[in-house]
Amino acid sequence: MVVIAVALTLSFITFFLLNVAIDPAQAVAGEEAEALEIEQVRQQYGFDRPILIRYFEWFKAVLTGDLGISYYWNKPVGSLLLERAPETITLALMSVMVTIFIAIPLGICAAINPNSVIDRMCLGVAVSFQAIPNFWLGLVMIIIFSVTFPIFPVSGDKTYFHFILPSIVLGASSVPPVMRLMRTGLLDVMEADYIRTARSNGFFGWKLILNHAMRNALLPVVSVLAVQLGHKFGGSVITESVFSINGLGRLALESILGADIPTVQILVFVFAFTFLILNLLADILNAYLDPRLR
Amino acid sequence: MILKTFIKRLVPRVLEDDISLLSPKTVVLRKAISHSGFKFGLLLFISIILLGILGPFFLDISPYQQDLDKRLLPPVWIEGGSWDHLLGTDGNGRDYLSRILSGTRISLTIGIGAALVGMVIGVTLGVIAGYFGGWIDQFVNYILTCQLALPGLLLAMTLVFLIGPSIPVVIIVIGCLHWTLFLVVTRSVTKRIAKLDFVSASNAIGATKLQIIIQDILPGIINQIIVIFTLEVGVAILAEASLSFLGVGIQPPTPSWGLLIAEGKEAIFFQPWLIVLPGIALFLLVVSINMLGDGLRDIMDPKSKLE
Repeated sequence: MVVIAVALTLSFITFFLLNVAIDPAQAVAGEEAEALEIEQVRQQYGFDRPILIRYFEWFKAVLTGDLGISYYWNKPVGSLLLERAPETITLALMSVMVTIFIAIPLGICAAINPNSVIDRMCLGVAVSFQAIPNFWLGLVMIIIFSVTFPIFPVSGDKTYFHFILPSIVLGASSVPPVMRLMRTGLLDVMEADYIRTARSNGFFGWKLILNHAMRNALLPVVSVLAVQLGHKFGGSVITESVFSINGLGRLALESILGADIPTVQILVFVFAFTFLILNLLADILNAYLDPRLR
Repeated sequence: MILKTFIKRLVPRVLEDDISLLSPKTVVLRKAISHSGFKFGLLLFISIILLGILGPFFLDISPYQQDLDKRLLPPVWIEGGSWDHLLGTDGNGRDYLSRILSGTRISLTIGIGAALVGMVIGVTLGVIAGYFGGWIDQFVNYILTCQLALPGLLLAMTLVFLIGPSIPVVIIVIGCLHWTLFLVVTRSVTKRIAKLDFVSASNAIGATKLQIIIQDILPGIINQIIVIFTLEVGVAILAEASLSFLGVGIQPPTPSWGLLIAEGKEAIFFQPWLIVLPGIALFLLVVSINMLGDGLRDIMDPKSKLE
C-alpha cells in the first residue's frame, strides 16, 4: 500500500517539477522559437490547460499502457524503454555481483581479525572508494586496461565482455557500505551465545563462520544489497555515458539534453518504481530468511 | 604541585585518574590531538584550502588565458614539459595548474552551499517531526520515503539543465536532494532529548515550543549536525563533479573539476594526465573531508574513550 502511495506521489512530483521548471512549449519549439510559434505548439500539444488536468490525462494514459511519445526521438516512449532496458539490467546485475564478490569476502576477512593489518587495509579501501568519483574511476580504468594494456574494449555493449569494466566501476561504489555492514554484522554475531556454544561443540574457523554465523550476519546485508541494486539503475547514467553503453541511463542523459520531457518523466518514474519494488522484495526476502520477522 | 597539574593539562596523554577533572572542552581537544585520522584529514584539508585560495594569487597565469601555441603541453615530469606550466596545459593552451587550483574554490563553494541548503531542510523537518511526533512524524516519514526512492542524480541533472546551469542553481538543486541524513539523525536525537526532564521543566515554567526547540533541543543536536554537515560537503562535491562531467552542471569555461575531466576525455588516448590530475585533486579533497567527518564523529562522541 505504501509503495503505491509513494509511487503516485512521486509521479505527481516529477510531473509537476518538470512542467513548472521550464515552459514545455518552449522546449518543444526550441530555444530560438518566436512567440507565435511557441503559442502554436502550446495549443497543439495542449500545454495551455491547467497542470492538474494534464497530469490526470497523462496518468490515465500511462495506466492503459500508453507512455506518450518522445519529442526528441519521435517514437513511443514505451518501445524506447524496451529497447534500452536489457543493457541497463545486465549492467546493474553484473555490478551487484562484483559488489558481492569483493565486499563480502573483504568484510569477513576484516571481521575475523578485528583491528589487524587486513582490517585496517579494508577500512582504507572503504574510505578511498567512497571518495573516488565514479566517472573518474571509469576513465582511469579505460586508461589502464584499454589504452595502456589493451585487455578490455574501450566502450560499447555488444558482448558480455564489454560489460566487465563498467560493472567493476559501478560495483565498486557500493563496496564500502556493504563491506562495513558485513564486518559489523559478523562481529556482532560472533559475540552471540549460540556461537560460543558452537565453539564449545568443536566448530571453529571457516566452518563456524559459514555454517553458523553467516546466516544471521547476512540479513542486514541482503537489504542493503537490494537498496544498492536500486541505486545501480540510477547510477547507470554516469557509467553508461563513460563506456557508451546504450542503456536507460544514456537514454536519460540524451533525453535531458534534448529537453524531451515525456521520456525523462517516465524514466524518473521507472527508476523510482524499480527502487521501491526492490525494497519491497528485500523485505520479503528478509522475512523468508529470518523466521522471527514472519 | 600546581605546575604539575598545569603540565598534565597541556600534555595530550592523560592519566586515567584525572579525566573527570577536565572540562569537556579540554577532553574534546585532547581527543582531537590524539586522533590520527582527524589530524591527517585536517592537515590535508587546510593545505588544499590554502593552495586553492592563496595559490591563484601567486600564479601570474589566469586560468582563462589561452595560448594556442602551447596546447596540450605535458606536466613537467613527462618529457616535453616545462617549468612554465607545472602541470602542462589543456586543449586550449590554458595553464592546467592554475585551472585545477581555481577549481578548488568552485568545488568548496558548491559543496558547502549545498550542504547548508540540505542542513536547513533536513534539520527543520527533523526537529519538527521529532518534537511533535504523531501524524506530523508520519507525514515527514512519508516525505522521506519519497525522497529516498527518487533517482537523485537523474532528477538533479534534469532540473539543473532545464532551469539553466549556474552555480546558485547547482547549489540549490543538490542541496534539495541531499537532506535525508540530516533528517534521520536530527529526528532520532530530538526524540531522545524531548523526553528528558529539563525539557519538561522548561515547559513547566511556561517556555513556548519555539523557545524549547531553540534553547533546549538545538544545542543538543549541534554535534551530530556538524558531523553530518562535514560528510555531506564531500557528497555534494562529488555530486557537482558528476553533474559537470555529464555537461549539465557548471558550464565552460569555468574550471570545475568535473568539467576538466570531461574535457580531458577527448584526449584520453594521448594525454591521460588531463583526466588523472583533476581526479586526484577531487579525490584528495573528498578524502580529507571524509576523514575530518569521521574523526569529528569519534571526537564528539561522549562515549569514546580518551587514549
